[in-house]
Amino acid sequence: MKGFTALLIRDMRLAFRAGGGASLAAAFFALVSSLVPFGVGADLVLLGRIAGGVLWVSAALAALLSLDRLFQSDFEDGSLDVLALSPLSLEAASAAKILAHWVTTGLPLVVLSPVLGLLLNLPPRAYGALIASLAIGTPALSGVGAIGAALTLSIRRGGLILALIVLPLITPALIFGAGAVADSLDGSGRGAFLFLAAFSVAAVALSPFASAAGVRLNVGG
Amino acid sequence: MAILSLVQVENLTCERAGRRVFRNLSFAVASGQVMTLEGPNGAGKSSALRILAGLLPQATGEVRLQMSAGYAVTDSDERARLTGWMGHTDGVKAQLTVEENALFFADIYGSRINVAGVLDHVGLKRLAGIPAQYLSAGQRRRLGLARLILSDRPLWLLDEPLSSLDAAGRRVAAELIGDHCDDGGIAIVATHETLGLDATRFFLGPQ
Repeated sequence: MKGFTALLIRDMRLAFRAGGGASLAAAFFALVSSLVPFGVGADLVLLGRIAGGVLWVSAALAALLSLDRLFQSDFEDGSLDVLALSPLSLEAASAAKILAHWVTTGLPLVVLSPVLGLLLNLPPRAYGALIASLAIGTPALSGVGAIGAALTLSIRRGGLILALIVLPLITPALIFGAGAVADSLDGSGRGAFLFLAAFSVAAVALSPFASAAGVRLNVGG
Repeated sequence: MAILSLVQVENLTCERAGRRVFRNLSFAVASGQVMTLEGPNGAGKSSALRILAGLLPQATGEVRLQMSAGYAVTDSDERARLTGWMGHTDGVKAQLTVEENALFFADIYGSRINVAGVLDHVGLKRLAGIPAQYLSAGQRRRLGLARLILSDRPLWLLDEPLSSLDAAGRRVAAELIGDHCDDGGIAIVATHETLGLDATRFFLGPQ
């Protein structure tokens, strides 16, 4: 447990130090979603209608941004060997890294989302759904993303391949996340939100094992 | 530290990327001994160490760690838990300070050894507060030595531990290895240089 906490704190520290991805992801999220009105025009009704989807797509892209270094930097500087030889299992190490990624990347997106919702004229009744869906859904982005990051950790410029692997896999989160916000606008039940929660639970539960397998494959290759 | 009495390697064959690196490697190192692994570039010294550490699966053969308690360990994951490791890279995070790096090593290995004392021992006490990115290659290596002490493992597998170290650093490294083996540990060292220690030498020839 001490090792788990140590790795969690180390990764969170690294994310906030120079070159870490924490503030970068939040800034990217804000930038992409505020670019959309420039593209689709200042039709307030339309913007309010698509705000949920826009914010969810931006969040997915922002979360992806810092994922490629999740295991790769540890692989390059030898930290992954250190972890592999430590008493902490690679599954637990992956879980710590996924949690650290979510706290430093996903959580800031959740906190930032109401401000950007305001910017996109999201109707007031949908804020609850927006925040809740991002809070429930972003751990899935970190989890599924970690699997891709583990698989591509030894590939130079693996970030592009990572995006190709991860984006199709997180489509369910995108559909149900944006769906949950749309449901709250129409007042049509919580079906999408529950599906999002189910997807997120499954992704978070499975991802440490899948990521650890990916790391093992690369370290022993 | 668990007590190891013998490292036994039998008919070890290593293949990487479908190419045979070495085959039928056999040797044994007893408690208190240093063995140097020598051979030309590409002979498979690093690969052999990675296999011993349980980081790399072998194609054939077996690595047995005979414990003084009477049982033997062959499983790669269990071997990993007995290994103190120093590879080509030092596992140092450039953005963290020297002390933060060392404290992380202590925490992740569940070490009870005093971190400040270890940093003093490897000559990094004065630099404890600065980010590791400002360390020279030799100072990074010293931080790697600190990790080795903090890991508190009976089997040390060292890949070119003297690289980048100055004369004083080499003395520290050699002393550490000597002390480790005096305490009943085992060290297997891949190197092109002489350690200045009483060591058995093993040559890994090209196939």
